[in-house]
Amino acid sequence: MKRLNAIGAMALTGALAITASLASAENIKIGVSYPTPTHAWAAGMNWHAEQAEKRLEALYPDVDLILVNSPDPSAQASALEDLVSVHKIDALVVLPFESEPLTDPVLNVKNSGARITVVDRGLSQPGIEDIYVAGNNPEMGRVSAVYMKTRLKSGDNIVVLRGIPTLIDNERFDAFMDEMEGSGVNVLDHKHANWNRDDGFEVMQDFLSRFPDIDAVWAQDDDIAIGVVAALKQAGRDGDGMFVVGGAGMKETIKSIMDGETLVPVDVLYPPSMIATAMDVTVASFKSNGPVAGRYILGATLITPENAASFYFPDSPF
Amino acid sequence: MTVLANSSLGKGKRMSFDIKTAGPAIALILLCIIGFLLNPAFLSEGNLTNLLTRSAFIGIIAVGATFVITAGGIDLSVGSMAAAIAGVMIIIMNSAVETLGPGLATVLLGCGCSIVLGIGAGWINGMLTTKGKIEAFIVTLGTMGIYRSLVTYFADGGTLSLDFAIRGTYRPVYYGSFLGLPIPVWVFIVVAVLGWFLLNRTAFGRYCTAIGSNEAVAKYSAIKVDRVKTMTYVIQGLCVSLATIIYVPRLGSASSSTGVLWELEAIAAVIIGGTVLKGGYGRIGGTILGALILTTIGNILNFTDLISNYLNGTMQGLIIIIAVWLQRGDWGKAKAKTN
Repeated sequence: MKRLNAIGAMALTGALAITASLASAENIKIGVSYPTPTHAWAAGMNWHAEQAEKRLEALYPDVDLILVNSPDPSAQASALEDLVSVHKIDALVVLPFESEPLTDPVLNVKNSGARITVVDRGLSQPGIEDIYVAGNNPEMGRVSAVYMKTRLKSGDNIVVLRGIPTLIDNERFDAFMDEMEGSGVNVLDHKHANWNRDDGFEVMQDFLSRFPDIDAVWAQDDDIAIGVVAALKQAGRDGDGMFVVGGAGMKETIKSIMDGETLVPVDVLYPPSMIATAMDVTVASFKSNGPVAGRYILGATLITPENAASFYFPDSPF
Repeated sequence: MTVLANSSLGKGKRMSFDIKTAGPAIALILLCIIGFLLNPAFLSEGNLTNLLTRSAFIGIIAVGATFVITAGGIDLSVGSMAAAIAGVMIIIMNSAVETLGPGLATVLLGCGCSIVLGIGAGWINGMLTTKGKIEAFIVTLGTMGIYRSLVTYFADGGTLSLDFAIRGTYRPVYYGSFLGLPIPVWVFIVVAVLGWFLLNRTAFGRYCTAIGSNEAVAKYSAIKVDRVKTMTYVIQGLCVSLATIIYVPRLGSASSSTGVLWELEAIAAVIIGGTVLKGGYGRIGGTILGALILTTIGNILNFTDLISNYLNGTMQGLIIIIAVWLQRGDWGKAKAKTN
């Protein structure tokens, strides 16, 4: 099982009584639907979904997992219809492309009698899903800030590089700022670097020209952090205890943490493998003798040299 | 007839010289003054070097785009093309390390492949528009999607990273400098000078302008229209490959997010510089100023927290429109009329 830090309450959402007796001789068909990967994190998710499919089907011969990825919300809606009409699925694991346009299609799947597991991005109507599995964006910001505070003292200066202006970015940023408040550490400025290496590089170059004294950088994301590190090295300001905190759990970053890199000493987890967790839990809802329905909020674990090995997947594209 | 028309056109140009050519320059100077007032560190040597180096990518691509647009075409595929070429370069260099070692030979092989791919991709765009008789907008919209998905496929949806051993050899191409100027700036200067010469001092440049103003007339004037138009796309492809060669050593990686919207930035730089979008009139000098303006806007926005981050796009849009209005506005025409 994946490391499951069930920080959120395991609230039972419905009267869904799940027992092992349901698993009869006939096949349990579970559809898994998510966006076609167009960036590294999603490619990692795709990889983890494929790994989980192999592992679970080997473990339970009567379980059939059907993986479908879709390039846009309407294609995903059609894919959901096909999963019901063609495959007659017993359960659905879905990472919705967008909340709004996918809410009705998922509701239709539920009305066909299938159990619903929603991953990462919630639907815009509560109560549809039986199981919810997601990362924890505010916690990611908070854990990063807690680490920052252990390394910095009052009067030190940091800069923040943010992602694409979205709710996710705001949640991470606000939680980070709340946690930093009262620490005496100055946040000199924050700019959007769009979860992108090139933007991370350019924004950091400008921060370095603008602020002669920076002690640490919160880059929020591993891709941004790679750009930040290149800019720091170019300006020769990567020494003097400077450090960068990224986030997500990119394999290259985790590898360098394992190797004891000091410029990016830690990482904060927002794992693409959450899809595998969701598939595990969904299968468990057919196989376990305990109740499974509820909300699973994964921990934003601080990855350090000590625990990095358990988050390192060298074969994953992310 | 043509001689007459040309000379009167030249005269008109000289009359409104101040506004037409100085527009982008005035805009850039204004931006620099604003930048300096916001934060004197804007004019520090380090920041100016960063600015010029950063402009090099879009600038080099925009020089190529000036030819395409002057000849009445458009190329939307350049950003994706850069990403795909960067991806293939990285794959080739990584696989050549074992046989050629992490030295100069591998880097040269990568650069050579980049140039071949750039020219080839440009030639495909050109042939499809001319021989295939498909509108350039559609052809390059198609190739834009193809190249973008190819790089995603090569990278397995993730990121392609250059072997660390090669990075040491290749790194100076971006980070090194010669006579105080970074190498990318030198490449930019050389491309700009060659581009200016080609557009303004050769028969080929005049053919581009002629085709852009009136393709039918150009054809009747015995200009090999198809060949010249294809050549403009080849030049564009070559420029993209040069930009990619200096881009790859920066972060040593390529992914599906590489070069996103570069095509629009390049086109914007060309138009801000005074080239006419429907073709027939092109200015390399203006294009270079246009590229510098675009980079400077982003740079200034990073230098201040006066403006909400969410409004960055608004500021960029406003400045682009003002820069073009400076040279196209009615007040320019009115002045020409009174003369």
